[in-house]
Amino acid sequence: MRKLLLGATAGAAIVAVGFACRGTPAVSGGLAAGDAASRVYVAPGQHDELYSFMSGGFSGQLSVYGLPSGRMLKVVPVFSQNAENGWGYSEETKAMFNTSHGFVPWDDTHHPEASQTNGEIDGRWIFINANNTPRVARIDLTRFETDEILEIPNAAGGHASAFVTPNTEYAVSATRFSVPVPNTDVPIADYKKSFRGTLTFMKANEPGRMRIAFQILMPGFNYDLGHAGKGPSDGWFFFTSYNSEQAYEKLELNASQADKDFIAAVNYRRAEQCVAEGKGKNRPAEYAHNYVDEKTRVAKTEMLTSVMMLDPSDCPGIVYYLPTPKSPHGVDVDPTGEYLVAGGKLATVIPVHSTTKMLKAIEEKKFEREIEGIPVLQYQAVLAGEVKNPGLGPLHTEFDGRGNAYTSMFISSEVVKWRLGTWEVLDRIPVYYSVGHIMIPGGDTKKPYGKYLVAMNKITKDRYLPTGPELTQSAQLIDISGDKMKLLLDFPTIGEPHYAQAMPAELIKDRQLKFHRLAENTHPLVTRSEMDAGVSRSGKRVTVKMVAIRSHFAPDNIEGVQVGDTVDFAVTNVEQDWDILHGFAVLGMNTAETILQPGETRTLRWIPKKAGIYPFYCTDFCSALHQEMQGYVRVSPAGSNVPLVANTSNKAKSQVARMPAEPHKNHGN
Amino acid sequence: MGRRLPAMVAGSRIPPHQMHMSRLSRLLTAAASLLLLILYVTPLWRISLIAPQYPEGLGMRIWIHKLGGVKEYDLDNINQLNHYIGMRVIDPQAIPELRYMPWVLAALIGAGLVVAFLGRRRVLYAWVAAFVVAATAGLLDFWKWTYDYGHNLDWENAIIKVPGTVYQPPIIGTKQILNFTATSWPDVGGVAAGVAMALAFAAVVVARREGARPAGARERAALAEARRRATPARPATARGS
Repeated sequence: MRKLLLGATAGAAIVAVGFACRGTPAVSGGLAAGDAASRVYVAPGQHDELYSFMSGGFSGQLSVYGLPSGRMLKVVPVFSQNAENGWGYSEETKAMFNTSHGFVPWDDTHHPEASQTNGEIDGRWIFINANNTPRVARIDLTRFETDEILEIPNAAGGHASAFVTPNTEYAVSATRFSVPVPNTDVPIADYKKSFRGTLTFMKANEPGRMRIAFQILMPGFNYDLGHAGKGPSDGWFFFTSYNSEQAYEKLELNASQADKDFIAAVNYRRAEQCVAEGKGKNRPAEYAHNYVDEKTRVAKTEMLTSVMMLDPSDCPGIVYYLPTPKSPHGVDVDPTGEYLVAGGKLATVIPVHSTTKMLKAIEEKKFEREIEGIPVLQYQAVLAGEVKNPGLGPLHTEFDGRGNAYTSMFISSEVVKWRLGTWEVLDRIPVYYSVGHIMIPGGDTKKPYGKYLVAMNKITKDRYLPTGPELTQSAQLIDISGDKMKLLLDFPTIGEPHYAQAMPAELIKDRQLKFHRLAENTHPLVTRSEMDAGVSRSGKRVTVKMVAIRSHFAPDNIEGVQVGDTVDFAVTNVEQDWDILHGFAVLGMNTAETILQPGETRTLRWIPKKAGIYPFYCTDFCSALHQEMQGYVRVSPAGSNVPLVANTSNKAKSQVARMPAEPHKNHGN
Repeated sequence: MGRRLPAMVAGSRIPPHQMHMSRLSRLLTAAASLLLLILYVTPLWRISLIAPQYPEGLGMRIWIHKLGGVKEYDLDNINQLNHYIGMRVIDPQAIPELRYMPWVLAALIGAGLVVAFLGRRRVLYAWVAAFVVAATAGLLDFWKWTYDYGHNLDWENAIIKVPGTVYQPPIIGTKQILNFTATSWPDVGGVAAGVAMALAFAAVVVARREGARPAGARERAALAEARRRATPARPATARGS
């Protein structure tokens, strides 16, 4: 092993030298710099071949990059408030952050998963998990916006998430931390007695209607990652677990004792049956379901109060444990659905289980024991093979659809290519440094797009210009089209990228919404023309209905607001043109600006604290006279007799003709 | 057809083969008229506007009875941009031509079909002349509107004032107007109208050539027969013998 380590290090050094000298042909997995550059070069004005969606890690968001260029296209705000566009600050979006713990402004995203049809990526949505306060979000890919968030009750650390079944029937979430279910005040030392894991299956195929179908109550292990079966393993879902020792302190040591932990194989069709047969129990639970109404674009929260819970001992046949060496991390199903590859992070082999053998072992009851009603299958009865000496710290495996598997090696900092069926190592390439997930576009589906592999690295050290103690994380693009892997590109990423998904641009790019139709905007405070703009008061609440259009706000002078009033600026961008956005911000407001997409209404709440004049302005450079797009609010002391007025009517008439308020009639075709 | 010839020829001083349109000429006239029907379903003209900020372009289509954007909101966005230069709002409701042009066209098509039916050359000439007048008037009227929109600006409220800039788009061709490249060109209907006019001219040419040199044995025979029958009746009781 020491020899192997030295070999890898030497290889890394040679490649590093190769890349340092431009034009010098690099060896061992590199390309001449010029060749690599031409492979990732996307000429100005040209589009990338693929969209990739990377978890934003502890930024709580989802980042979107073009491949092969590695150019960042967008950060989609998901679980963290985003001051840049008002996500989580505007009145319309605040509800997306509601949970049973109240307003949660941040989370940690790990695993984006693209929606699938027949086991292939269909380009409709991305699901992504919140790890800290377990939730799953659905992001619409015609708008690149988060539309729906479902909280997961009876869970802590929603890590094994948001993987989906081959027809997006379910998205899943499993608990990394076992906790008392329901969560109550117990001594931590009662771990074995009181702590449980849960595996959650939520209906994911209907926008706005994500629902928990059932939760499976599991022994108190740490459930780590998951993937759905397909083909022969269709109807099964696989979750890795570690800490089968059920340690609750110093897990570093105490959870690394057992020779083998487990993959939990869940027969979710059987689970559906059990629910239908009434073998589950509706347990009280409190959790939030947040979704954006499509027409008003206003987020709503519904608090749900119960969840269907299945206990495997009441419903035999829903879960089996597959013994798997040393704290397995990833569990990845090959494109045919036959092989389950586990990344035992402390193991010296990569174990691969066979679906066929697993089904046979279940039929023949080749159980070595039972844990809390869950049969443990015999290791040798389910094992298809082991990849020997793959490297150190295997974590995740992806597939190229040509019978090859690629596994990330965290400790030896490399990606290893090996052959399914023969289990021989074919190639290895160093990555810089400490790779976590890897991603081949479609690499966890039935149809991988096997041209590129992206390695997502936790540590960058000397790879980029240094930026103080906190350095960027990074991704590396590797060409896997030939026999030898070739490093093409390094590019920095936001947060810490965990998993990622990618798909051909054609699946998405022609379906992009360009603007919201004003005629279909049913926001309660929509202002479709300047004629309808104005200001009104109800007690201490002032509502400003405002229009934004190149290059002014209407109204742009407001008087009669008083100290202590709650002022809602409901601003509608009445543009019906692509990429014409406006923004809105007021001096001294205790919230973020809001960006207004064309045809959209957004509301910012402001409680002025001192009398005076408060300017507001357009924050998104919209037009040649953007700097003129501004206005004033006069704030008078509480109880003042300054009348509430706003200057809208004078210019309004000409505006009306310009932008019809009525549902639009198509003049041309 | 041949049988009606004597009655129509009777009383005329012009040799009959010069008064009548040949079958081909009549077919061309009918085709020209019917082709004009396309104008009810396709736009006549198209103005495209390309700017650095509008690589996808904005566009306007002009029909005989309406006017609108190429994309759904193009006209609104053109108006929206025009407010910077003080151009009046382009409002289809304010253009009366769009209300009566369909009727003018209907009359033209109807008359063309009548010409083809009657088969008289002088009527054909009159119809073609009317067609030319209508087309020229239409283009002039189009130019007048573009001139009006391009020149009669609300200077007091114009935000951008560039002395010497004329905002009139071309009738045909391309012109740079500030950041926009305006291109004006006949659309499907306009091209169809042009083809119809070419067919009408062809009908005239064919009619005239037939007059100079009667072609085809059948027509010659028909003419001879017509003469034979017409001649004896001429000095006496005229028609219907």
